[in-house]
Amino acid sequence: MTRRTFLGMPATAPPGVGHLRGTESFPAAARRSLADPQLRRNLRHATTTIRAKSGAVIAELPDWEQLRAAGAAIKADTLARLPELLEQLEARVTEAGGVVHWAADAVEANRIVTDLVRAAGADRVIKVKSMATQEIGLNEALEAAGITPVETDLAELIVQLGDDRPSHILVPAIHRNRAEIREIFLREMPGVDPTLTDDPTALAAAARRFLRQTFLSTPVAVSGANFAVAETGALAVVESEGNGRMCLTLPQTLITVMGVEKVVPTWRDLEVFLQLLPRASTGERMNPYTSMWTGVTPGDGPQAFHLVLLDNGRSAVLADEVGRQALRCIRCSACLNVCPVYERAGGHAYGSVYPGPIGAVLSPQLTGIEDNASLPYASTLCGACYDACPVKINIPELLVHLRAEAVESHRRPTAESIVMAAAAYAMDHPRLYAAGQRAARLSRFAGRRGRGLPPPLNGWTGSRDLPDPPAQTFRDWWAQR
Amino acid sequence: MRIALFVTCLADTMFPQAATATVRLLERLGHEVVFPPGQTCCGQMHVNTGYQRDAVPLVRRHVEVFDRYDVIVAPSGSCVGSVRHQHAMVARRAGDERLAGRAESVAGRTYELSELLVDVLGVTDVGAYYPHRVTYHPTCHSSRMLRVGDRPRRLLREVRGLDLVELPAADQCCGFGGTFAVKNAETSTAMLADKMRHVLATGADVCAASDASCLLHIGGGLSRLRAGVGTVHLAEILASTERTATPGAPRRSAARP
Repeated sequence: MTRRTFLGMPATAPPGVGHLRGTESFPAAARRSLADPQLRRNLRHATTTIRAKSGAVIAELPDWEQLRAAGAAIKADTLARLPELLEQLEARVTEAGGVVHWAADAVEANRIVTDLVRAAGADRVIKVKSMATQEIGLNEALEAAGITPVETDLAELIVQLGDDRPSHILVPAIHRNRAEIREIFLREMPGVDPTLTDDPTALAAAARRFLRQTFLSTPVAVSGANFAVAETGALAVVESEGNGRMCLTLPQTLITVMGVEKVVPTWRDLEVFLQLLPRASTGERMNPYTSMWTGVTPGDGPQAFHLVLLDNGRSAVLADEVGRQALRCIRCSACLNVCPVYERAGGHAYGSVYPGPIGAVLSPQLTGIEDNASLPYASTLCGACYDACPVKINIPELLVHLRAEAVESHRRPTAESIVMAAAAYAMDHPRLYAAGQRAARLSRFAGRRGRGLPPPLNGWTGSRDLPDPPAQTFRDWWAQR
Repeated sequence: MRIALFVTCLADTMFPQAATATVRLLERLGHEVVFPPGQTCCGQMHVNTGYQRDAVPLVRRHVEVFDRYDVIVAPSGSCVGSVRHQHAMVARRAGDERLAGRAESVAGRTYELSELLVDVLGVTDVGAYYPHRVTYHPTCHSSRMLRVGDRPRRLLREVRGLDLVELPAADQCCGFGGTFAVKNAETSTAMLADKMRHVLATGADVCAASDASCLLHIGGGLSRLRAGVGTVHLAEILASTERTATPGAPRRSAARP
């Protein structure tokens, strides 16, 4: 008989490290971005363009709905037997010459990577675009250890040089236009041509010249992973630029940091995701670069490979029967691109590296609801995200679920909870309810078009009139007919 | 057919014209409408704001009031969405499997107005007359939770005198979202501004929808701007005939004088 020890509920991502928590609530942060006309224009243009492109290539596939269902099913299966699949992955990677490290949280993952870079004798690493390393704040940890991380994804490089934060999962510099990018390059890029224009080709060429030298002279690379195949031990990174391919093949040492939920059971499963991901994310039929590797191949590519399996709150998400579907996410950003709230408030308003609808359900689960309590409310529940999700994460359902968690996490009554309880009581007593309806007519005394209403109701009347309450409610009319 | 009216608390209290129009329309089509007086609110506001426990008695009340009827109609996509997609969930979360089962049964007999007309009653020409230029906002919960599709527009296209103009970016949310409109008032207003821009671009006299909540929002914004464009519930258009319509005066705007 196996002896089992209950270790308690899994831990959430620790505070003080990484980028899962903002410094202010969503409404406060959104207030600033809403007032930035350049940001609003950049976001509207970018999300509208990508929506149209993605919609067109999805419409080409007659079996898109079946692919979505397959993607959701594979991920659900994976999550149902995650420990077993991760151990299988570890065994296959080890057999192929890789070394697997288990990191319970951001602190452990950062320490593991920093130690590995030091052991390789490097003071600089090149990086493949990776959400996991953004999540744990790896760049800051490396810098603190005297190691220079260089982002090689063009948009991540723009963000890094601009001392900025990513605002989109796929297009981290979506909030910048080309004039702003030119300014950042002129100011921050070593050896840049001072006559650089804001022509996109010229900007890309400048980044290329800068990065090429870095690729050839840096012995260690750090990447994330889109997928890891438990059956074979293969890792996969998909990208558009080829800079990731450079990082994955040129250096002597490759360190991959991967969230534990990225594992898929079999090689065959990639067939589904490699169709879903590019169409949902960049609106391409196939992503330009798909790099796959299994451990180490003597004489070809990196001769040392380390895989860091990151939990950082994921086990806590997995423990929630409703919430765990958020772990199906393949980071395509389709939900961001269709979200009317994201389009207006922008990615930084969400505080976390995971913005938009998926961020609003993932970040509060990874950190615990107390640290991101405003995020589940950053949605009108319009449902566009659910329709767009290639793995059918029911984001509106999750938002409602997390709102209940946010409310129930309060130990003492709040002003809102008292009003809500009173309203529910009245609504369960038809006479009180009818009295309340009559009282609503007194709102005539709340000032012209409701402008005399107290907070939080003046949030409504700041920009919208309230209608006249009718002379007669429906039930009064019905009773008198 | 005997049809129970689920009036919704918002229409009952603030937009009785949408509910009275639903009654007049269905009676004109030869059906019997009953109004179960024990009904109050479906609890959607509580559920969507995080107060699922407070919503349990409201779900129970709704189920007990409506369980005895075979066909139930509400002039609101959002409230029907709540009945169909939330009531059983709220009951299950509270551990009441029996209530959840009954809620699912009631949900299966509850229709949004355009669903009732097109799918159950099999009618698209309801004999209405409404001589105005109208644009239609499809509302998120009608579109994405209920998938009512083009049913409202099919009904509108049969209305005599009505000039239906397509609303650009119609599928975009107006920014209401219940308490979102207050908790995130600024983002909500930014969304509303775009919705109003599209409504005004159509040159319509009125913006129609099938949800009093979205109309409260869009109408509140148009009124604040003194845009001169009103809002009207789909039921009001469909209830309107040559005998009741007043050409040239589609509807007062939401503002107080």
